[in-house]
Amino acid sequence: MPGNGFEPVIVGFTCNWCSYRAADTAGMARIKYAPNVRLIRLMCSGRLDPQFVLKALAEGADAVFISGCHPGDCHYIEQNYKTMRRYELLKRTLAQLGIEDGRVKLVWASAAEGAILAEEINKMVAEVKALGPLNWKLEARS
Amino acid sequence: MTDTRYSYFPGCSLERNAEAYHKSSMAIAGPLGLEFVEIEDWNCCGATEYISLHMLASYAIIARNLAQAARHSPGNSQASAHDLVAPCSACYLNLSKCDKYMRTDADLAEKVNLALAAGGLSYKPGSVHVRHLLDVLVNDVGCSKMKAQVTRPLKGLRVAPYYGCLISRPGLRTDEHDPEYPTSLDDLLACLGAEVVDFPLKTHCCGGHMTQISEGTGFELIRRLVKGAADYHADVIVTVCPMCQLNLDAFQGAMNRYFKTAYHVPVLYFTQMMGLAFGRDAASLGIGAELVDARPALAKIGVEVPPPPEAEGAPKRKRDDKSLPMPKMPKHEAAATREAKP
Amino acid sequence: MKRLDEARVGVYVCHCGSNISATVDVENVAKWAGENLPNVICARDNKFMCSSLGQELIEKDIKEQGLTRVVVAACSPHLHEATFRGACQRAGLNPYLFDMVSIREQVSWVISDRAIATEKAKALISGGVRRVIHNEPLEPILVDINPNVLVVGGGIAGIQAALEIADSGSHVYLVEREPSLGGHMAQFDKTFPTLDCSACILTPKMYSAGNHKNITLLTYSEVEKVDGFIGNFTVKIRQRARKVKIELCTGCGACEEKCPKKVVDDVFEAGLGFRKAIYRPFPQAVPKYPVIDVENCTFFQRGTCKACEKFCPTGAIDFKQEDEIITVNVGNVILATGFDLFDSRRIPQYGYGRLANVFTSLEFERLSNAAGPTGGKVVLRDGVTVPQSVAIVHCAGSRDRNYNKYCSAICCMQSLKFAHLVKERTGARVYNFYIDIRTSAKAYDEFYQHIIEEGILFVRGKVAEVTDAARLSGEEGKLIVQVEDTLVGKQRRIPVDMVILSAGLEPRHDAKEVGKKFGISCSMDGWFIERHPKLDPVATMTDGIFIAGACQGPKDIPAAVSQGAAAAARVQGLISQRQISLEPVRASVDAEKCSGCRICNTMCPFNAIAFLADRQVTEINPALCQGCGTCVSACPAGAITGTHFSNEQIMAQIEGVLMLDLRQMAMA
Repeated sequence: MPGNGFEPVIVGFTCNWCSYRAADTAGMARIKYAPNVRLIRLMCSGRLDPQFVLKALAEGADAVFISGCHPGDCHYIEQNYKTMRRYELLKRTLAQLGIEDGRVKLVWASAAEGAILAEEINKMVAEVKALGPLNWKLEARS
Repeated sequence: MTDTRYSYFPGCSLERNAEAYHKSSMAIAGPLGLEFVEIEDWNCCGATEYISLHMLASYAIIARNLAQAARHSPGNSQASAHDLVAPCSACYLNLSKCDKYMRTDADLAEKVNLALAAGGLSYKPGSVHVRHLLDVLVNDVGCSKMKAQVTRPLKGLRVAPYYGCLISRPGLRTDEHDPEYPTSLDDLLACLGAEVVDFPLKTHCCGGHMTQISEGTGFELIRRLVKGAADYHADVIVTVCPMCQLNLDAFQGAMNRYFKTAYHVPVLYFTQMMGLAFGRDAASLGIGAELVDARPALAKIGVEVPPPPEAEGAPKRKRDDKSLPMPKMPKHEAAATREAKP
Repeated sequence: MKRLDEARVGVYVCHCGSNISATVDVENVAKWAGENLPNVICARDNKFMCSSLGQELIEKDIKEQGLTRVVVAACSPHLHEATFRGACQRAGLNPYLFDMVSIREQVSWVISDRAIATEKAKALISGGVRRVIHNEPLEPILVDINPNVLVVGGGIAGIQAALEIADSGSHVYLVEREPSLGGHMAQFDKTFPTLDCSACILTPKMYSAGNHKNITLLTYSEVEKVDGFIGNFTVKIRQRARKVKIELCTGCGACEEKCPKKVVDDVFEAGLGFRKAIYRPFPQAVPKYPVIDVENCTFFQRGTCKACEKFCPTGAIDFKQEDEIITVNVGNVILATGFDLFDSRRIPQYGYGRLANVFTSLEFERLSNAAGPTGGKVVLRDGVTVPQSVAIVHCAGSRDRNYNKYCSAICCMQSLKFAHLVKERTGARVYNFYIDIRTSAKAYDEFYQHIIEEGILFVRGKVAEVTDAARLSGEEGKLIVQVEDTLVGKQRRIPVDMVILSAGLEPRHDAKEVGKKFGISCSMDGWFIERHPKLDPVATMTDGIFIAGACQGPKDIPAAVSQGAAAAARVQGLISQRQISLEPVRASVDAEKCSGCRICNTMCPFNAIAFLADRQVTEINPALCQGCGTCVSACPAGAITGTHFSNEQIMAQIEGVLMLDLRQMAMA
């Protein structure tokens, strides 16, 4: 049941140039935000293979947070557009698997937007808390 | 071609001292394909004072008008909410504010509806779009349609567009780019062919009812406006609000006596200017009723005016002209290209 | 997995003084890592891992304990990844067998609860350890550096950079959009705080740049396309047609004198003066060749005149001249494209554009300049009347939520300079309306104190309105400045003859497009983004592209010159190394697995992916590949692998941060 001190575990994927630096910026500004997101650094959000999202959810994550450069600002010119397309298709697939909409989210954050990244993470954690644990792994095993 | 119909709220002043505003609005409506349908059994909007005396009662009586308007859609094939047009800036502001605050403050909406229920009425906020007449003419009709009706361009007449303070309140109108420096009336007058003066005090307060409360203050505010227009050699001050028209026109004499000045700047409504440009005769537009006689200034239109010195391209400078060029401003390019929104 | 048995991992948890240890229980974390994480041979905590002692600790353990993988949990990899890779390399371990976990920016600085922070640190380190086991040793890719350099922008920063690089022996292509070098500095009259004549100090540098044997000057030109990467850029430049044959032109100026068409000069004279349709922007222009403004030339618009051609003694006019596309190969690029002035027409309350005697700062520079439209006489817009009172408005369009929030850095000094010049030339009463007086650099505050002693009047208040609507006596025919004098606590209406707006500095209107051409981005305000705001202000995130001068942010001339020199030094450093090593993060296709579906072919913006039609497989060029990994995730067959960010590494990291195996062990 949601509530009762459930703390979601969320895997986050960030790109090296913008969103990971945004997390650094949030840290440098000492902004306190929800600790539930465990970030994994990729060179570009375009590296995000949908398999990673499925793996994370299958191995016990309650949600996945994806972040990259704003469209038009990608360090590799236009790869974040590909991320956007993959994300949309992925969401449809996930919906068919019964994964609620709020469990996988794509957010753009530039290197200077530490505060925005922190806020988005807080919002997502609150949303996932309300949804409750995914419990995929345990259910599959039991 | 079927007319576009709007619900119409004249307000108390349009029945009395601003009758000219009402007459001229009706006169220009037909040619532009507009029909104003007066809402049934409307009441006073409370003008500017009542709201500070008793807020809830004030909103209730304003909302009564909104409720009456909402009951009878004038029969456009439009979306669920229809437009309510108010020519008077105070009525417009009151109706606008009431609808907006009822939308954002559920408590106010509940209390107001309780009051309305006593009269068998109710109002769902957002059911009516409150719009000023200026907004409707500039945005729904647009310059090219107006130009098509112009038979007597106001060439040679210098007009000072005066918006007054109520219509400029930020956050209510979305059609004006800058509430401190609005240009919709300027553009409309330019469309009619008039020479629009860049009136620096165009959003300054006319004093409202200060003429009754503190004569000196009221007259000083009126003096600044009339002086400003006179300094810029405006032939006419053009207003969008009955209160402004009353203060600048009816009290101009008293102001002159108070300050021992001798200004004579007539004050007309923008719909009267439109009517003149459309070729209507002055009397049918209520001209002649104003205290500061407009007819001498209006003698200018219909008189042959030489073409303005700046035709196509840059003017030729004299050899001994030492003056420095001014920067190019974007104004009035908008007037020529402003089209009605679909 | 065979590697799982072989790998010997060392984990180092840094205290970072107390930055990490105050929130994360670092001793506990290190102990936990040693006891619980797979393949961890040794786990230590240390006060400052980045110190030489900390690094030596790693080197010692690699040698003595035979470590084959190292994980450091400390600050952000953007700070010290290179440091620890260096330590590994010194100890004989391939630097790419190292991974760094951030538990400072990601954990200790953003979480208050000690238990939660410690738990998150453990999860992240678990991810790092699981990942590093799958790291492969990699060799950096060596790339030759072409010694040629492209400098874009011929203002003072660009000129400084070009001269320094040219003096060091490398060749520079200096591209400038206007017909002459000089930029905004050429427009100024005097420069603060020394009050030297701007043209006098600038023109010798312009001349050197124009005549240097190592500088190819391309004025009236713009960069069209940039391809390649650091050390090897191919740049297409459009040199616009001057309609003048420069090999024949002597710069005599007869054409300009005889041209009958006068137009308002919007660029150099800031709209305050005139020029001809064939013109040089100013007499000391470099190069000295004029340019025909085709849009205003009578011949090009109506087919008549040709006075310039008639009077040219050498027959240098060529109406048929076409633009030329020049392609150059350079190793590095310095962008020094400068700034645009804030458009004061956006503040209707100040009346610029409607009230004749309101001037902008650049307009005043031209007014005050002896070579300007009034010969240096400070007069009103009528060109004759000398003002008796002048108001100088600070912060027009800066420090303002409605326009630009930032401070434009130079306007306070500029306003003081104007005050001095007005007083000197006209003896007028001068008011400066300010919010704060920002005079921080060398000799600046002394200048300010000197100005105070000259009798300039200072009013602390942001000007609300400049109007000609007179109200009180003494205001007729004047411009009235309405302001709240905050030190006195009263509203004041001050009548003056002339108002000068110290307009703010803004990025060039096309900065974003220019940035995109070179692969760099702009900040929220539109300035080019530097690699690090404090420690690396002239480099960008894109290797080989540097920025200098006002395009990076508002700054005065000494700062622009310093940045030009700094960028030049960085580039010279790269050139002298002859080769640089690039991160070996690259993608490659396993031809055996490739089915030739070509889905990946459209993925690459760097044209690194090519389809070999004869073999029906795709191939990736490692020289062009930038390592983003988009094609890796696109391949449906998994035929493309990305080094250093392989699927095995990332999957392992996912399992690690979720502490999968540890939970399984706990459940078992």
